[in-house]
Parts: sequence; C-alpha cells; structure tokens
Amino acid sequence: MEVFVQQLINGLTLGSIYGLIAIGYTMVFGIIGMVNFAHGDVFMVSTFIALVTLLIVTTWIGISSVVIALFIVLVVAMTLTSLVNWAIERLAYRPLRGSFRLAPLISAIGMSIFLSNFVQVAQGPRNKSVPPLVQGEFILMDGGVYQVTLSYKQLIVWAVTAILLAAFWYVVSRTALGRSQRACEQDQKMAALLGVDVDRTISITFVMGAALAAVAGTMYLMYYGVVNFNDGFVPGVKAFTAAVLGGIGSLPGAVIGGLLIGLIETMWSAYFSIDYKDVAAFAILAVTLIFLPQGILGRPDVEKV
Amino acid sequence: MTEPLLSIRGVKASYGHVAALKGVDLDVSEGEIVTLIGANGAGKSTLMMTVFGKPRAHAGQIIYSGEDITRRPTHLIARMRIAQAPEGRRIFARMSVYENLQMGAAVNPDADFEQNLEHVLGLFPRLAQRLHQRGGTLSGGEQQMLAIARALMGKPRLLLLDEPSLGLAPLIAQQIFDIIHELNARDRLTVFLVEQNAYHALKLAHRGYVMVNGLITMAGSGRDLLERPEVKAAYLEGGRH
Ligand SMILES: Nc1ncnc2c1ncn2[C@@H]1O[C@H](COP(=O)(O)OP(=O)(O)OP(=O)(O)O)[C@@H](O)[C@H]1O
Ligand SMILES: [Mg+2]
Repeated sequence: MEVFVQQLINGLTLGSIYGLIAIGYTMVFGIIGMVNFAHGDVFMVSTFIALVTLLIVTTWIGISSVVIALFIVLVVAMTLTSLVNWAIERLAYRPLRGSFRLAPLISAIGMSIFLSNFVQVAQGPRNKSVPPLVQGEFILMDGGVYQVTLSYKQLIVWAVTAILLAAFWYVVSRTALGRSQRACEQDQKMAALLGVDVDRTISITFVMGAALAAVAGTMYLMYYGVVNFNDGFVPGVKAFTAAVLGGIGSLPGAVIGGLLIGLIETMWSAYFSIDYKDVAAFAILAVTLIFLPQGILGRPDVEKV
Repeated sequence: MTEPLLSIRGVKASYGHVAALKGVDLDVSEGEIVTLIGANGAGKSTLMMTVFGKPRAHAGQIIYSGEDITRRPTHLIARMRIAQAPEGRRIFARMSVYENLQMGAAVNPDADFEQNLEHVLGLFPRLAQRLHQRGGTLSGGEQQMLAIARALMGKPRLLLLDEPSLGLAPLIAQQIFDIIHELNARDRLTVFLVEQNAYHALKLAHRGYVMVNGLITMAGSGRDLLERPEVKAAYLEGGRH
C-alpha cells in the first residue's frame, strides 16, 4: 500500500512533465497536421538553457534565494526556448509548407539530430549535474519500514505545472488568440478569409509549445538534477505516446495521457522490472495505435460538412 | 460614373494545370447587388475565392476600393472589410455559434461587437436561441444562417455570398433573399452573389452576369437577363421558378 501511494506521487510528478511536453506535440499536430519530431530535443535544449541560466544566476549573479533563482530560470528558459522553436519553424518547416506531406517530417527529424548533436558538441557528451536545489519533504505515511514522502520538489513541479496549464488553458479557450488558433486548426482557409494571419498563428503555436516544454525542462532539471544531450529522445517519445494515448490534437488529452504514462512507468518500475520501463511506454504506443488510434479524448470524425 | 468598389479585370486563375478562370471582367459598384449565375463547374466559386487570393490570379487585376489587391495576402484582404460566406459554409464545427460570430467580428476591431451581435441576431433569431450550441451540430440551414451572420459581424462594405440559398427550404431561402435585399436597401451594403436559384437571385439584383466555362458570356441588368431566351433556357428551366 505504501509503495503504491509513493509511486502514485512519483508517477504524477513524472506525468506532469510528460504532459507539458505532450501539449507541444498535440498543438502542432492539431494546427498543421505534422508530428514535430524535434520537439523532444527542444525540451532537451530547454533543460540546458535552464542549466546554464541556473549557473549564471547562482554563481555569477549570486542570487541565493531558491525561489527567485528558479523563477528567473523558468522565465529565461521559456523565453529562449520559444525563440529557438520559433526559429526552427521559420527555417525548417515553413518553407516546406505546401510541399509533399513527408517533407516537414523529414526536416523535423533532421532538426532533431541537429539539436542533439549541437548540444553534444557545445556542452559535451557527459551528464551535467547541478547540486540539489530544493531539499526536504513531508512524510505522509509512516509504515515503519517504508515511508511515503512528498518532497518539496514534487510539490513545486505540481504547482508550477498546474499554474501554467491553467494559464495556457485560459489563453486557448478564452482569448482571441486562442480562438484564432482553434480556427486555424479547423479550417485554415476560412480563418484567413476572416482576417487571421495563419502563418503568424502557427508561429505562436510553436512558441507556446516550446514555452511549455521549457517549463517541463526546468522542472526536469530541478527534479533530477542531471541532464544529458540525449535526454530529448526518450522523454520525447514518451510525451508523444502520451499525446497519442490522450488523443492527438486534444489538449486535455495530452495532459491526461502524460499523467497516465507517468503513472504506468512508475508503477511498472515498482512492481515489475525497472529495466523494462521504457519498453512499457513504447508498447503502450503500439497498442494504442492499433486498438485506440483516436486516443482517449480523440475527436470522433462525425461532423456535418 | 464613379469607380466601382470591386473591379475584376482579365483575371485568370487555375488549379495546377486546370484553368478555372480564363480572363474574367466583372464590376461591382458601391450599393449594388450583383448576381453571378452559371452552370456547375463554371468557375463561380473560384472567382469569389480569387478575390481573396485563394487561388491567386496569375493574370489580370483585382481592384478594390481603388487599391490593387491582386497579390495581397488573404488575411489583409479580409481586413479591408470584404467578407465572404463561402461555398460549403465552412463554419467552425468545434466552436460555439457565439465563438463563430466572434471570429467574424475579429476582422474589424473598430466595430461595436455587442451592437453588431444584436443586429445580426435580429436578422437570424434562430441563432439567438442556439448561441452556445456547437456549430457542427446545427442543421444545414442554421449553418447557412451562421455563415452569413459571421460574415456580417465584421461590418463589411462588400459581402460575397456563394449560394446562400443552397439546401434551404423555399420559405427560408426567400427569407434569406429578403434579408439580403433589406441589408442592401437599408444599410447600403454592397452584395456580390452567386446563385443557382437564378430567378430569385436575378430578380433581387441590380445587375447580373452569366459565366460559362471560366468566362463571362452575358451581362446586364437583372431584369434584362431574366428576359433573355438563352438565360431562360439554360438557367430558368423554361421559366419554372
Ligand atoms: N481545389 C480544386 N482543385 C482542382 N480543381 C478545382 C478545385 N476547385 C475547383 N476546381 C475546378 O475548377 C472548376 C471551377 O470550379 P468552381 O467550384 O469554381 O465552380 P462553380 O461555378 O462554383 O460550380 P458549382 O455551381 O458547382 O458550385 C471546376 O472544373 C472544378 O472542378
Ligand atoms: Mg460553386
């Protein structure tokens, strides 16, 4: 029982990170129908931006308050990662819009390779670590041998994720910008007839996806304390799985999918073999694609034309 | 005579290698209702979309309100207060009726949303009862009303309507024509209309054009066209209406 509760807590934390990344996949897919293979690497880049910013903020500028440091890191990572993704879209995807369907996909794979190699060269192939930023925990249950804890780190991940998802949800569902995004997702031509600048809206979508990936990246760095140039791939595939599981194109689906994948992974590690935890995620992707290609919240295609 | 509000000169457009417009000349003056009729596949919808640059004219010129808009990006053309209720209605199925109307209003930030909403819902009271229903769940006729209402929300100077009576019960179609007439007569809205329902549409129009295979073959006042035997034979099914 204690193990279960503990893994529930761990799984929700990991799942928050996957969910944040998954939104980037799902939004881009929704608006231009493309799987942005480089998105996992954009996340990885954000972890390095967060790392460098953190070092600058703590050692050079000498800010000692963890809350302020984290806040600065978060803002800088979100801004710079957004800029990176904005540039990627402009350089690697937009020129290919309107050419054959696989072209942007291939370009995205190229971008993915470029980003991970670039970081490998610029930052070195070895793990980079930061000293633990936030320590301490609540003990929720004490079963004698096994304590169920909720660490402050985990609380921060939950709180930051919840706040940013709420803000993001508000933008997409309640503002004119979000309405334009949804309009482009449904019918780009009609959106343009109504004065929506479709290219700009697509750019903004990439920017928003990257900003959330950077939130995930910052949380990842704070939570694990270790980053590597290779960290784009596996979390990327898991987040993509989350997006597919939740129903690609669906925003709440991406969050639910992320939480589910996080939970499945931690439960699997606890009760089965930790070595196979990644296999579990990939197996879910395959099974979902076969038996539930629409995903949990995927939209049924029954609409009047 | 003053400059027409919309002036289409020698416009050609194609889809890949298929030529859809082969040099179209057509004018719409301020305050007019102009009707374009023609057989299926003649290029009527293409012409309406070409005004917005989708597809783009590869020859000729489109002048709106004294400005050459032939190569202007679609969204900027839309912001010049030309609105279109296009073929196929194209309402946003996963948005509520209210959000669809908000989308229509977004082209013109200067317009008073609440006032326009009231005006438009006054024209289409059925929409007022369904403001929070999703667009995709409206009936075909209601969707058509929404498409027109959405186009009106931006307070256009020029309204392009592609087959507004398509799929509507005769009584509702008549209501739509009455609304068009009223908008034109009372608010001096300029309307460019494509219709299969040639009798009603020509009766309503100040002037009309007939398109055959991507070319304008006849032009004249609405009444004049209705009298022509070629029009009667081809588009009025021997006078049945
Ligand atoms: N997206 C497209 N791709 C290729 N050809 C097209 C496309 N849209 C239209 N066409 C072709 O262009 C020609 C003109 O089509 P258009 O839709 O303008 O006709 P229309 O006069 O509006 O006909 P209808 O009365 O049936 O609506 C047709 O031959 C049509 O097949
Ligand atoms: Mg047509």
